[in-house]
Amino acid sequence: MSTDTLPAQAAATPAAASPGGRNTLRSRRRRDALRTLAFLSPWLIGCGVFFAYPLVSTVYFSFMKYDGLNPPEWRGLANWAYVFTDFPQFWPALRNTLWLCVVMVACRVLFGLGTGLLITKIKTGTGIFRTLFYLPYLAPPVAATLAFVFLLNPGTGPVNSLLEAAGLPAPSWFNDASWSKPALTVLAVWGVGDLMVIFMAALLDVPKEQYEAAALDGASPWQRFRHITLPTIAPIVLFAVVTGIIGAMQYYTQPIVASKVASGVMGGSGVTFVPGYPDDSTLTLPQLVQSLGFSQFNYGASCVVALVLFALSMAFTALLMRRRGGLIGPGDRP
Amino acid sequence: MTTLTATATTPAGRRARRKALLHWIAVHALGVAAALFFVLPFVFVFLTSLMSDQQALTRDLTPNSWHWENYVRVFETEGFLTWWRNSLLYAGLGTVLVVVSSVPVAYALAKFRFRGRHLSLLLVIAMMMLPPQVVIIPMYLFWAKQMDLSGTLWPLIVPMAFGDAFAVFLLRQFLLTIPDEYVEAARIDGCGELRTLLKVVVPMAKPGIAAVALFQFFFCWNDYFGPQIYASENPGAWTLSYGLESFKGAHHTDWNLTMAATVLVMAPVILVFFFAQKAFVEGVTLTGVKG
Repeated sequence: MSTDTLPAQAAATPAAASPGGRNTLRSRRRRDALRTLAFLSPWLIGCGVFFAYPLVSTVYFSFMKYDGLNPPEWRGLANWAYVFTDFPQFWPALRNTLWLCVVMVACRVLFGLGTGLLITKIKTGTGIFRTLFYLPYLAPPVAATLAFVFLLNPGTGPVNSLLEAAGLPAPSWFNDASWSKPALTVLAVWGVGDLMVIFMAALLDVPKEQYEAAALDGASPWQRFRHITLPTIAPIVLFAVVTGIIGAMQYYTQPIVASKVASGVMGGSGVTFVPGYPDDSTLTLPQLVQSLGFSQFNYGASCVVALVLFALSMAFTALLMRRRGGLIGPGDRP
Repeated sequence: MTTLTATATTPAGRRARRKALLHWIAVHALGVAAALFFVLPFVFVFLTSLMSDQQALTRDLTPNSWHWENYVRVFETEGFLTWWRNSLLYAGLGTVLVVVSSVPVAYALAKFRFRGRHLSLLLVIAMMMLPPQVVIIPMYLFWAKQMDLSGTLWPLIVPMAFGDAFAVFLLRQFLLTIPDEYVEAARIDGCGELRTLLKVVVPMAKPGIAAVALFQFFFCWNDYFGPQIYASENPGAWTLSYGLESFKGAHHTDWNLTMAATVLVMAPVILVFFFAQKAFVEGVTLTGVKG
């Protein structure tokens, strides 16, 4: 542990070992605790007010019938039963999430790894390529989604024009229930710059000597990738997969904007919009929290979905933080 | 590669050189193809934003005549300037508050040794991964009913004065790279903790702070869920990211104007990136490294 400050301090002040030492040591401890508390205080307050209290409150409301106007009424497990058995959008949303976790995450990781690998091989104009590959990641999600609804629109969109010109089938993308998630996947793959940078850094860390030794032994490029590169970057791949799954469960802005814009519903105030267009195919859990709470004013059921989302997010976060083999554990090495 | 030039005159060397050249061509051709995939969407959006109203409804890819006035028309749209101002307010104030409140917390987590340090860090990571929707019902009720602040952006700005989990985590990762000797030297010289932080640690942590500030600015600029929950009832409090979607609703046949507005929302972020590319990429790498 490199952040051990106490032994260093004790060594720096041998006077602490004198008869009065125990007293000063205790008062130092107290002062250190107060100091820590002072530095942490903004966050501790925030933790209580914006995390702990509302989380407890969400659990409380999940057992209540509450619409924000009439006083809350105890309902027991009725909200839970409603969400799991009678609420028609819960299971489609969960199925969509599973689809996104498998297909979208896989596409993003493969593409991120591929572009990362490509960048490390490119010898001319590396900086320009890297910037161009990275740029879409920065496009604000609402703007990027709007751009893709335009690019992929079935009537006049450039993508379908090009596909038809090439004699390929031109799907209706965001307007077709079986193509809306692939369309979102294209959008997600377009913004793969974050993974690319992470993979690139990891790939540059692979010791060069190992490649040279393998090349001397006559290993093919695939064998070198399979037996040298992949084992070294495996933790980063796992990191990308797990954070990707967490992101897929929390996927919100892109699907809601895409479905609103593609269905032609005007955004903004006073308009009721049923998310998931077309045919619930773009629903995700966070959208259900929003629509149950803020369009249907069924706060109880909304809180139930929120807690399901919480449990799933935390389960995968725990996977990230496992002590052994954990990926962003509280170790001291950055 | 250096051996290639030495052996280039022998037949085997020539073959190796041909192979290297073919490899170079293959890699760069692939690079150009990928670059097209990443860049063409921007190009098509930009070209469409310059088309006439009629042409934007056709399948043409390039404008017949260039209508730069589309951008003026976007700015003349009711509300657009207000959204712009609100986005700057939210992103600017949010960034300053998050940096000021997160630096001391990250410093304590990185450099102090105390009971509960491990637990605090686990809590930071848990909060970082927490989707905002999980606690939105009680939070909305708190801000709307107790504080009477719905229809404004304050419910989004005020919490940023209490630290942000992602900023704390990223800054802590960065502060760990600063050797403890600097901090200890300052302490031995009789520097108080606050002065050590401000005079020694902060100047050394500038790249990390810049990355956090950028991430936070982009987060606020891009935020859709927050303004949707708290500001949707009052168009005077909308941000660009939230207003943009309704822009499409109000101009549902004018792809040219919508794409011009889209360009105007993307432009500041991309401009900021070009000025601070290094800090940004460094920050992304920091979030991905093993702790």
